[in-house]
Order: sequence, then C-alpha cells, then structure tokens
Amino acid sequence: MKMTYAEAAREALAEAMREDPTVWAVGEDLGRGGVFGQYKGLREEFGEDRISDAPISEAGIMGAAFGAAMVGTRPVVEMRFADFALCATDELVNQIAKARFMFGGQSRAPMVIRKPMGLWRSSAAQHSQSLESWYAHIPGLVVACPSTPQDNYSMMKQAVACDDPVVYLEHKDIWLSEGQVDRAENLPLGKARIRREGGDVTVVSWSQACNLAVEAADALKSDGLGVEVIDLRTLWPWDKDAVMESVGRTGRLIVAHESVQVGGFGAEVVAYVAERMAVKARRLGAPRSLIAYAPNLENQVRVTADMIADAAREICQ
Amino acid sequence: MSQTNYDLARGREMLECMERIRAFELTAKRAAVDEQLVLGAIHLSVGQEAIPAGLMRHLRTDDLLLSTHRGHGHTLAKGAPAEAMMKELLGREGGSCGGKGGSMHIADFGVGMLGANGVVAANITIGAGAAHGIKLLDKIRGDDRICVDVFGDGAINRGPFLEGLNWAGVFDLPVLFVCEDNRYSATTKTSDMTAGDGAAARARSFGIVTHEVDGNDAEAVTDLTAQIVARIRETRRPEFLHAKTYRLDGHTYFDPAAYRPAGEAEAEAQRSDPIMRQRSVLAAAGMSQDELTAIHDAAQAEMAAALDEARSAPWPDDATVFDDVQDLGSPAREAF
Repeated sequence: MKMTYAEAAREALAEAMREDPTVWAVGEDLGRGGVFGQYKGLREEFGEDRISDAPISEAGIMGAAFGAAMVGTRPVVEMRFADFALCATDELVNQIAKARFMFGGQSRAPMVIRKPMGLWRSSAAQHSQSLESWYAHIPGLVVACPSTPQDNYSMMKQAVACDDPVVYLEHKDIWLSEGQVDRAENLPLGKARIRREGGDVTVVSWSQACNLAVEAADALKSDGLGVEVIDLRTLWPWDKDAVMESVGRTGRLIVAHESVQVGGFGAEVVAYVAERMAVKARRLGAPRSLIAYAPNLENQVRVTADMIADAAREICQ
Repeated sequence: MSQTNYDLARGREMLECMERIRAFELTAKRAAVDEQLVLGAIHLSVGQEAIPAGLMRHLRTDDLLLSTHRGHGHTLAKGAPAEAMMKELLGREGGSCGGKGGSMHIADFGVGMLGANGVVAANITIGAGAAHGIKLLDKIRGDDRICVDVFGDGAINRGPFLEGLNWAGVFDLPVLFVCEDNRYSATTKTSDMTAGDGAAARARSFGIVTHEVDGNDAEAVTDLTAQIVARIRETRRPEFLHAKTYRLDGHTYFDPAAYRPAGEAEAEAQRSDPIMRQRSVLAAAGMSQDELTAIHDAAQAEMAAALDEARSAPWPDDATVFDDVQDLGSPAREAF
C-alpha cells in the first residue's frame, strides 16, 4: 500500500494505540494534527487524553512523559523540531537515559521521543539541525533515523513496542515522499537495510542522506560502477555485521550524512571498520558550520547525490 | 493542641520516624568521616525531619514519592528499609539500587519511591508526569494513587518549577508539591538569589491551592498534610505546601558551612530542632524520659546494625556494570 512518510508513522501510531490503551502521545499542537500533519485525525479517534496537547514547555513535556512512563504508560513524545528538543536535554540525557541503570533496574522508560530533524527549505540555523550523533553518544538511548515510508511505519511500531527510550528522528524534508508500505514487514531495529547491491564500493548512510545515496548509486549504475547502499536505520544499535560484510567484499567505504562531519557518526563507522580490516574510507558530511536562511547559502552545507557519486568514482579509481 | 485530646501514639510514631532519620544521617556521616566507607557526597537532612515524619505517614505504600539529592529522610519515612539504603550509600551488593546509584539516586519502587535526583528541580516535572500517568491509568483500569513531589527552596529558581507546576495545573493532576525550604541553595542564601515573594507566592500564581507550615513542627505538618492528602485523593487536583525548616548540617557532609552567620545554626538548633520540639510535646503529654531515651536508642541501634550489615556486604559483582543500561544495543553484548 502506498503511503507518505508522514502517513506511515501516523498509521503505525494509530495501530499501536488501538492495540495498547497505555500508549499515548503528547506534544505541542497535536490536537490539530501536529505541525507537519503527522498526527492528523488521531485526536478524533483517540480523544484529548491520548493525543494530548501540551504547553510550549519542552522540558515539561519530556519530564512529565518520563514520569508517566515510569508508572506504566507508554508515551510518544513530540518535540516539534529536533532543535527544540535541546530545551529538554537534562530530562532526556540525565533522567530518561539513566533511570533504569541508576535505580538498579527498578524502572524502565518505554518512550518514543520524536524529533523532526534536518534541512527543510530556509528554516535557518535553529530549525534545520541533524544532531543524531549526539544521541548515539548517550548510553541508554536507542537512536532511530528512518529514511522511507516503509521504515517510518515499521520502525515506529517497533519503537512504541520497545522497552528502551527511543530517540526517533524523522527527516522533515521527506514528510510527503511516497512509497510502498508492507505492514507485515518486520526488519528489527538494529538491522540495516541493503537499499542497493553493488560490489565496488559500500556507501553507509541513514535518514534523507541515504535517499541521496540511492540516487547516486542508480546514476552510477550506467557507468558500470556497483555501489552498495546500506541504510543503517538505527545508529544505536548499528548493524556492524552488515557493514563489515559489505566492506569485506568491496574494500571501499563511504559514509554519507547530512549532519556535521566533525565528530559525526560517520567517524565512528569508519573507525570501527578501519580497526578491523584494511579499507579505503571516506566521510561525507556537512562542513562544521551553520545552516543559513538564503537558499544559495543553505546549499553550501548540503551533502548532495552528486557529491556522493563523485566520492564513489574517486574512491574506486 | 489540647492535652486531653492529644494523640500520643501518633506523636510517638512521628518522633520514632524523626529519630530514625537523624540516626541514619549521623550514622552515615560517621561512616563517611571516620571510616571513609561512604565514598561519594551525601547531603544530610538533619534538622528537616519533621516534614517527612509528618507527611509520609498519610501516604499508602503504593502512593508515589519523588525526592531530591537530600532525600534519605523522605525515603525512610516512605518505608524503604534502612539497611538497603545504607548498603547503597556504601556502594554494596544488596543496596537499594545494587550499588549503581548511591545516595543521590536512591529509589525503592516497592514502596512507591521513584527516585532521588542529582539534578536540582528535575524531579518536579517528573513527579507531575507520574501523577499524569496515574490519571491516564485511572481511566483504563482505576487508579486512586497520589504523588508527592519534594524539592528544596533552591529548586524554585529553575525552569522545571514553572513547567512542572503549570503542567499539574493544566492537566489537573493528583500531586502534592512540597517545597522543603531550608533557606540555603547549596551554599548560598536562597533569599539573596530569589526575586519576589518566593515559593508559596509563585505557586499561588498558578492557581494551585497553596499552604504554608512551620516545617519543624511535626504536629502542625501532620495535621495539615492529613487534610491535604485526603483532599487530593478526592479531588485529584494539585496542591502546594511550602514547609519552612532549617538545614542544621552543611550542603554536603564535608561542608563546614562557614558561609553561615556565626551562631546561626546553633541558635536554630536551640530554638527549633524538630526532634527536641517533639520530645517536649511528648513529655508534656506524659511520656517519660526513659521512653524518650528508649526511642532514641532504638533508632541508633537500628542504624548501627544497618551500617554493620553494609560494612560487611560485598561489592557488587563486576559483571553487573553493564546490566540495565538498555535492551537494544546493550553494552553487555555490543562491541564498542
């Protein structure tokens, strides 16, 4: 069945809420369907307690949802923009990620924390960031970065069912992108998806950048270059086996991500592989700079499909 | 209080509770100072015992409690066993949290204690959320628990104070916020760092029913909180208690509190030590000196025994270090 990326997550959430009365969602403007329409129609079906509006109070939303999770509900927290979620960093990093451990296993925080991220037409420096590598650095969190409607459906369902707190980063630029969704598909969190097969170079990516990698792979096919595109889907845990297996065949690795290259998760992937095998490796990320408003300036910090294709050609020379 | 109607059993229970808290705190302090058995910082509630002693007795075991870095007293009064708490302070196997948390993260979910917190004010929103969870569960399967969310006067200058109180007000949640005002934000006078009229005035501005009490008067605390707890159980709406007390010890056990005006602590101990006050109340109601001494001695003996047990308990198994981080991507299984 064809769905948009936004519809897929909405469907998954609606199904999860039908199955489990303790699942509820809370965030600013959810009652009217969410800022991007990703909750459209859910208030009508589930009522205001379970599709709950919230004050503009990110720390309040995150802290309160955590309290409600500890007593046995399963909150889906909407942060509106990943950038605003930084207002609730103590709640996520010091409280949610650590409670189970600090309390010696007495509590769990089964939460999905949705943080729409990424470049989205002239949103400038405070509405455009990709900070997934921050969360990969925090023990206790699962970090999910779906790139397709299929994954935004199946990963959302798995995230709601997961007993760990899941930082769930949807990319704002692809809410309306359409794709086939097979409701029965059940690739678990932590498993990568091979989006394109190829024997010359492995491109590891996630989120919207992975869609660009697929474009690049398709473009290079006519040149006779085999690009294997691995969509990590989750940064923690990440599918080391899939990456090692692929690089073991190709001997060449490119990691491409929209976020800043310095200290990005690409560095972790490259380092992990390089510690274990001889590999020709390359990272493609944004310059360590800020995201501007003017479209031409915004474009200066984008990783594009052309850049990924060029890097693939170069590394295969 | 009329002597003829005085409830001696209730007064005695509160003294027992306060003596236990103080004995726990001073035993832990000795274990830290004399034997270096308590390895991390502990924050003692000496002088503040009347608030937990008066309040927690109205709660059911399944009612919820969230507390602060200065939370030993609340946790004991809620019913957590002293021995497990002492083991936790020493970082030993069998501690409340298996030695993973220490003093600032003591939790005992078995008695509804959802955690002390190392971050000032952080528990305010979390406690509001626990009450939010109760409200949601009530609609699913019936749930008449309430939540008590304790924080200090330093916490009212952090954002979660506003966000948590607003949340509880907006969503009508069964939570009692307790500002335990010991006059010091760590090592700075709170009044020097707080604009306006303070905790109660701020709480009232949210439209939350707000009370003030002499937090060193166990009888006053328990009379007032009996009504508050009963009302929240019924109305399912938030209330706020500003309980004024005084921290007789330093911020941490190793803080000599030299920043306080000379003689302040001594004068407060003389004037308003809650244990001394409760002993006077009980003596006036007919309790003998021998009985008062016996209550004191029993508390000392209980905590000395708890320390002995803790001292001889083993360290946690090294292998537990990776337990309870997360299921997916657990460090116990992942290469990293």
